[in-house]
Amino acid sequence: MLVSIYRYNPEKDQTPYMQDINIDIPEGKDLMVLDVLHLLKEQDPSVTYRRSCREGVCGSDGLNMNGKNGLACITPLSEVVKRNKLVIRPLPGLPVIRDLVVDMSMFYKQYEKIKPFLINDTPPPAIERLQSPEDREKLDGLYECILCACCSTACPSFWWNPDKFVGPSGLLQAYRFLADSRDTATNERLAELDDPFSVFRCRGIMNCVSVCPKGLNPTKAIGHIRSMLMQRST
Amino acid sequence: MVASVTSLGRNGLYDWLIQRVSAVVLAAYSLFLLGYLVCSPETTYEQWSALFENTLMRIFSLLALISLAAHAWVGLWTISTDYIKPTGLRFLFQAACGIVMFAYVAWGIQVIWGL
Ligand code: SF4
Repeated sequence: MLVSIYRYNPEKDQTPYMQDINIDIPEGKDLMVLDVLHLLKEQDPSVTYRRSCREGVCGSDGLNMNGKNGLACITPLSEVVKRNKLVIRPLPGLPVIRDLVVDMSMFYKQYEKIKPFLINDTPPPAIERLQSPEDREKLDGLYECILCACCSTACPSFWWNPDKFVGPSGLLQAYRFLADSRDTATNERLAELDDPFSVFRCRGIMNCVSVCPKGLNPTKAIGHIRSMLMQRST
Repeated sequence: MVASVTSLGRNGLYDWLIQRVSAVVLAAYSLFLLGYLVCSPETTYEQWSALFENTLMRIFSLLALISLAAHAWVGLWTISTDYIKPTGLRFLFQAACGIVMFAYVAWGIQVIWGL
């Protein structure tokens, strides 16, 4: 199989380039893209990428594979390889540090902005803040996000305004805390999101939904935030 | 909170709402005109000008015109903030859009009311 991989080492290379490498894929097994990267690294130890848990939990190996973002560790070759060719690039729209490793500061900055923690100014109970099963259910489809950045880096609105638009991942998390019955800062949170960029730069392209390796739906969460903003102001 | 002084409502929800409501008005106006033309295919000049002399029709036309201007403003402002990164150029583009939109509204009022 022919693998075309994005290479860039700022200490050596003037510009990034694509390197074509032929890899022998063992018969009878459906390897994951991450396995192919390991095989590549055996051939050329200078190939650089992030990985950790290798089972879709840590979210560190978000990559662009044949044009679509996803986690290399849970993307089988049978799903992405076309005409025996695999093109691997870093997540689009973020500065490249080296090869497939991108600088995620912008992404984390947006995450930080939405205050991703419970805010509750009522006196804490002796043991814990209880939640009804129904209220807990509201967090399903939100809390599972692993911050892999596949969605935000697939979003054109985030590409053009990564400093102003919170992005699908951050907004999914914003809604996760807006929807939490134990959080009392709903109004303050909404006030922070009411400008023309933070939420409203979403144009419903839905790339986020199509790439999320966890099957989450940031567009739906953004819709909920919009309705909450609407309810608050009308 | 991201501050922005050049957007129509200076507030995301407001811009968003304007965009939706004006889209509905424009759709209704287009459908109405289309329906009118389909229902009376041999419209004469007299009928056509009588239609536009009707006060209700004038109000509807003015509403559509203002909706068009607002809709275009929100849309073009968004596009300019996406694609035009140099501040000076972006501001110039936005100012040009504003002037054109204002001119269309003023001119449109003149046409609709036959001033
Ligand atoms: S919403 Fe999905 S794609 Fe986006 S960061 Fe979370 S897990 Fe990754």
